[in-house]
Amino acid sequence: MHIETVKSALMVSDVHKSYGAHKVLKGISLSAEKGDVVSIIGSSGSGKSTFLRCINFLEIPDQGSFQINGEDVIFRKGRDGKCHPANWRQIERLRSGLGMVFQSFNLWPHMTILQNVIEAPIHVLHIERKVAIEKAEALLAKVGLYDKKDTYPAFLSGGQQQRASIARALCVDPAVMLFDEPTSALDPELVGEVLKVIRGLAEEGRTMVMVTHEMKFARDVSTRVMFLHEGQVEEAGSPAQVFGAPTSARCKEFVAAGSH
Amino acid sequence: MDFTWIPEYQNLLLHGVFLTFLLLAISVPLGFGLAIFLAIAQVGDNPIARWISKGYCTFFRGTPLLIQLWLIYYGLGSYLPYIPGLRASFLWPVLREGLFFATLALTLNFAAYQGEILRGAMLAVPKGELEAARAVGMSPGMILRRIWLPRAIRIGLPTFAGEVVLQLKATPIVFSVTVMDLYGAAYKIRQDTLLVYEPLLLVTVFYVTLTFVITQVFQKLENAVPVRR
Repeated sequence: MHIETVKSALMVSDVHKSYGAHKVLKGISLSAEKGDVVSIIGSSGSGKSTFLRCINFLEIPDQGSFQINGEDVIFRKGRDGKCHPANWRQIERLRSGLGMVFQSFNLWPHMTILQNVIEAPIHVLHIERKVAIEKAEALLAKVGLYDKKDTYPAFLSGGQQQRASIARALCVDPAVMLFDEPTSALDPELVGEVLKVIRGLAEEGRTMVMVTHEMKFARDVSTRVMFLHEGQVEEAGSPAQVFGAPTSARCKEFVAAGSH
Repeated sequence: MDFTWIPEYQNLLLHGVFLTFLLLAISVPLGFGLAIFLAIAQVGDNPIARWISKGYCTFFRGTPLLIQLWLIYYGLGSYLPYIPGLRASFLWPVLREGLFFATLALTLNFAAYQGEILRGAMLAVPKGELEAARAVGMSPGMILRRIWLPRAIRIGLPTFAGEVVLQLKATPIVFSVTVMDLYGAAYKIRQDTLLVYEPLLLVTVFYVTLTFVITQVFQKLENAVPVRR
């Protein structure tokens, strides 16, 4: 009998990270299969964003093993004893297969949103310009911004900018999408339109890892939830389990506080 | 007021305008090009590059332009004839002229000031924009070319406009190394006609016009990317 081993989209084990004396991540692991939507919740300072940023090496972890899109990240031991990525080209290549959406959007203000979206496909993936523009326009239409494609980011609302940055992350056809508190910087009225787009992506079967404070949304949309506290995974499991029947006391408190 | 001397000296004046403009047209782009390297060296990781750049900027900002000009003209200028083969080469007609040393001094000096300003502008680019570039997999060189430098230059444009105007105002010192720029023309007219006020007044009009042209050019550049206030 031939058993096919499907490689996970993302497999991260035992990540540690300290800033000087302060230990932020004390051994966090995450594994995401294709189509999984993993939500990471927890109070401020619990290390959620740091962990997410370690996945695409915007922060460099002190320790941990990473397998992204089936490829193992190679480390070498630095002079300070900590691990460093051995080959930055590998990291850059892996990053182009991950799409990140930031809390503060981080669109490039000197380009129109169409130019923002086609920047990575053309210059990093070397896709032909015409093809990239077609794809970008389709994605902008999907997030509801086609008529604003030649506008500069400064002239868009927060919700529109975030939707544009989601289109930008999608245009490179990422294996996994990373969301770092995508709605935390938005007015309450604008949160809905962005969540709608993200829900659509989840329903399409996109693999996503999301750090969020939107409890109800996380419960609805995720296939798995991780509750982080002080750098460790206190609770992990299906949304029904983590939100409905948490075993950890702190998780219970957190969920209760979040659902007023 | 006596302006009857203008027809007789119009060629001298126009040549002076041309030389002043030439000094700007060469020293500003070349100086700015050098400034980009100086700024990158100072925000980069390499401590040696940073040290060299800092030393260069400290020297050229810490000494008067006039002293730098004379060091280059009398110092470098007196050594050049001794380089074997140089006097016979095609370069000599350029290298023996005061204009070459004046342009060199203005370029090196301008680069130091713009390097520091550009460094500040590069540090002012919001970190998030650079992170977004890293997150899509851009190499450091590409981030520099596509995001960091364009954003930094855009941030620094109002300051650069002022710096180019200051460079224009620095050009009269080249008269001290035999370059007959606009100020040199005014000086010669004064020597010949013994009129002090009128030549200076005319030359002032030229300088103000040049300043206006510079500010208009930079205004057009600033308007290229609309900024919402």
